Amino acid sequence: MKRRTVIALAAGVIAVPAAVAGASLILREMPGAEYTGPGPIMPAAVPDGKVYTRDQIGHALAPPTTDMGLAKPAKGAAPSDDGEWTMPTKNFAATRFSALDEITPANVGRLQPVITFSLGVNKGQEAAPIVANGTMYIVTAYPNIVYALDLTKPGAPLKWSYKPKPAPASQGVACCDVINRGGTYHDGKYIFNTLDGQTIAVDTETGKPVWKTKLGNINIGETITMAPLVADGRVYVGNSGGELGVRGWVVALDEKSGKLVWKAYNTGPDADVLIGSDFKPFYSSDRGKDLGVKTWPADAWKIGGGNMWGWISYDPEFDTIYHGTGNAGPWNAEQRPGDNKWTTGIFARDPATGSAKWYYQFTPHDTDDYDAINEQILLDMPFGGRIRHVLLRPGRNGYIYVIDRQTGQVLSADPFGPVNSSRGVNLKTGRLTVNPAKVAKLGRVTRDICPTASGVKDWNPSSFSPVTGLVYIPRENLCMDWMNLEVNYIAGTPYVGAEVHMKPGPGDGHRGVLTAWDPIRRKPVWELPEKFPLWSGTVTTKGNLVFYGTMDGWFRAVDARNGKIVWQQKLDSGIISQPISYRGPDGHQYVAVLSGVGGWSGAVVSGPVDPRDGSAALGFVNAMSDLPKYTTAGGTLYVFALPH
Amino acid sequence: MFLRSRTDRRFIAWSSLGLLLSSCHAHDDERAAARAAPERPGVITSALLPAEDHSLVTKDPRALPYYDNAAAVVEGMRLYKAYNCSGCHSNGGGGMGPNLMDDVWIYGGRLTQIHQTLVEGRPNGMPSWGGKVPDDQLWKISSYVRSLSLPATLAANTDSTPGQHPAPVPKEADDHNGWSPPPGTTNDYTTTTKGPQ
Repeated sequence: MKRRTVIALAAGVIAVPAAVAGASLILREMPGAEYTGPGPIMPAAVPDGKVYTRDQIGHALAPPTTDMGLAKPAKGAAPSDDGEWTMPTKNFAATRFSALDEITPANVGRLQPVITFSLGVNKGQEAAPIVANGTMYIVTAYPNIVYALDLTKPGAPLKWSYKPKPAPASQGVACCDVINRGGTYHDGKYIFNTLDGQTIAVDTETGKPVWKTKLGNINIGETITMAPLVADGRVYVGNSGGELGVRGWVVALDEKSGKLVWKAYNTGPDADVLIGSDFKPFYSSDRGKDLGVKTWPADAWKIGGGNMWGWISYDPEFDTIYHGTGNAGPWNAEQRPGDNKWTTGIFARDPATGSAKWYYQFTPHDTDDYDAINEQILLDMPFGGRIRHVLLRPGRNGYIYVIDRQTGQVLSADPFGPVNSSRGVNLKTGRLTVNPAKVAKLGRVTRDICPTASGVKDWNPSSFSPVTGLVYIPRENLCMDWMNLEVNYIAGTPYVGAEVHMKPGPGDGHRGVLTAWDPIRRKPVWELPEKFPLWSGTVTTKGNLVFYGTMDGWFRAVDARNGKIVWQQKLDSGIISQPISYRGPDGHQYVAVLSGVGGWSGAVVSGPVDPRDGSAALGFVNAMSDLPKYTTAGGTLYVFALPH
Repeated sequence: MFLRSRTDRRFIAWSSLGLLLSSCHAHDDERAAARAAPERPGVITSALLPAEDHSLVTKDPRALPYYDNAAAVVEGMRLYKAYNCSGCHSNGGGGMGPNLMDDVWIYGGRLTQIHQTLVEGRPNGMPSWGGKVPDDQLWKISSYVRSLSLPATLAANTDSTPGQHPAPVPKEADDHNGWSPPPGTTNDYTTTTKGPQ
C-alpha cells in the first residue's frame, strides 16, 4: 500500500488500515461482499511556501484612499431596509446586509430556535428563505418543492405548497448535486427555476402558477440551478451545464407573462452574444468581431460552456445588469486552444435589450474550472482620491477584483486565499498572468495547483456591512492535483476530460475560512479558520453580527468587528444555504437558515458517492472523505430569535 | 401491457442470437419460450418472487463469455472512460451518477442486469446506450462495472484512484437465485418462500 500522510484533525483521526489480508474471491450472496480493504485516504495539506503572498501578486492602480470614509452600497441599489427579504441578495447591490439591530453581540447568546420546518428533501439546500407580506417562501433542492409559511401565526403553519414535478432524468445531468439557489418575490409572485429548465411564477396568494416558461433542454445536459433576479420589469435567468458541454446563456423574461424578451449567449457570434455598437470593453483584448467564435477551435464554442448559474446585480442609476460567465468546457483546456471568449468573465448589459456594454475576462483560456459566476457587490468606494462606482467580486480564481462598473476597468486585484496558478493581474492589459508550471497536461498529474477548481471561493455569497465597511467572505482553503484526459463530446453526458484530486491548502488541514476583507485597504481585517470549506453564504446585520453555517452543521454568529464567535447552534445537518435576517410581523428581528448538506462539496454525504474514490464528484471527495463522520443528509428550515 | 412488451423484447433478443431451437416459426418459438418461462434469460430487478415459476435463470447465456474474462474488464475500463461513464461515476465512486464500488445495486448487480441498465437507461438520469454502442462493448463495460466492487478489485486499490486494476468477474459472483439472507445474517428463521396456500 502506498504510503500517504495522514492528517489528524481535532475531532477525527483517519486511520489507514493495515495491508489488506489475502483478498478472498469467495463471494457471498448478492448484493455484495463485505469490504475489508483500504478506507478513504485524507490527503496532506499543501506546504506553506507553495503559494504566493498578497504582497507578491496583489496589484492596484492607486494606493489606498483611507481618509474619505467607508465604502457604501451603490446609490439606489440598496434602499433603506423595510425588514423584508424579497430577493436572495437582499437588494440589487447584493449587500446581504440587514439594518436590524435588535440582536447584538451582547445579547445573541440568548438566541433560540422559534420555528423549524422539515423540507422533506434530503439533498443539498442552497436557497435563501424569502420573506414578504408576513409569509416565508422556500424552494427545495430537486424536486424543487415550494413552501409558503404564514409568519403571522404561531409556529408558522404551511399556507400552501407547490410541486413543479421536474423531470426525474434532470438529476442525471446536474453536475454537482441537485441543488437550487432559491427564488425571489415580486409583485405577488414567487419566481424560481426548476432543475429541468423551467422558470415558474407562482401566485403567492393561491400557490398556483401564473406562468411557466421552458428554457432548458436536459437532453443536452442543460439544467437551471440559479436564483432568478427580477429588476426593471424583467426576470433574468441563466443556465447550468458547464460540465456537460452546454452553451451558456442569459435570458430576460417579461415579469408579468414569462415571455422571452431577449436571449444572450455567452459564446459564439456577436449577434448571438448581443454584442453591437454599444459594446465598449475597456481592454483591447476584448475588442474585435466575433471573438466568441475566433478564440476557439472550429465549432468548439457550440459546446464550450460559459454558463450563468450564479448571481446577477442591477444598478438602477446606470440602468445596467452585471452577470458573470462560467467555466470553459471541456475542463481539459488542451482541447480548446485560445482565450475561449466569452467564458469566465463578466458582462455589463442593458436590461431592456440585453445589449452588451462591456466585458472583462477574469481567466482567459480557463485551465482550472474557474467559473466567474460569483456575486458582484455594487459599491461606491473611495479609490485613488475620489469616490469610484465599482463592483467588488471575490472570484473563483483567487482574486478579489474591484472593477469600475461604468467602464469595466480593473482598479485592483488581490489574492484572498492560496494562489499559485497565476501570478497576479496585469493592470495595464487586464490579463491574468498565468503560472505555466501549474498548467495541466494530458496524461500527466500536475500537483498542488492553488486554488482548487471550486476556487478560493465558490458561488456562496459574501455580505457587505456599511457599518464596518467590510466584506464578509465565506471561502475555501483548498488546492488540487489535476490530470488532463482526452474526452469525447456525447450530448447529455459529462464533457470534462480531467481527473482532479482536491486537498487542503496551506495550514493545519483546515479547509475553510471566514474572511473579513477591507476593500479600501485591500487586506483582511480578521480571518476565522474552519475545518470544512465554507459553502454557505453570510448575512451581516446592523447589530454587528455575521451569521454563517458550516458543512458539519454549526450555525454561527460572529462579531463583525473582530471575528469572535459569540453564538452557535448545531443543526441537524450541514449548512450550505444563504442565511437571512428579517423583521417578523411582531416587529422583532429573526434570523433564518436552511440546513441540508450537499452541493458539490457535500455530495459525499447527500449523494450516492463513495469516499474511497478521491476523484469522485469531480475530485471534491478527495478533500471531503471525512465529512460523513460529522453530518448526515437533511433539509430543515430553522428560524431564530431572542426570547420576547 | 408493459410486461408483454418486455417479454417480446427479450424474446427478440433471444431469437436474434440464435440460441433457440433452430427452424421454428416465430410464433412457435414464442409459445415455446412462454412454456419454458423459468429458463428464460432476463433481468431480476426485485428479490421478491410473486410466484416461483416467475423466476428467471440467473445467468444470461449472452453474459457467459464475459465471466472469468480478464481481457473483458480491462477493455471495459477503457470503454468506460471513452464513453464518459467516468464523467458521472468517476473511478467507481460516483458523482452525478451513483457509486459503483459499494454493494448497493439499485437496478440489480448481475452482469445481465447491468447490461440491461446500459441498454435501456434508467429514469433518474442514466442515459440509454442500446443501439448507440455495440453490444459487445456494453457487455465489456458491464463486466468492468461489476468488477469495481469485487473484493479482488477493491484490494488492488492502493490510493484514492480506485478501479485501475479490475479483477475479472467470476461466475460465482452471479451464482444465486433470487432472494437469500443478507450478508452477516447469523440466524435465519425465514424458511418458507410461499405465502398462504
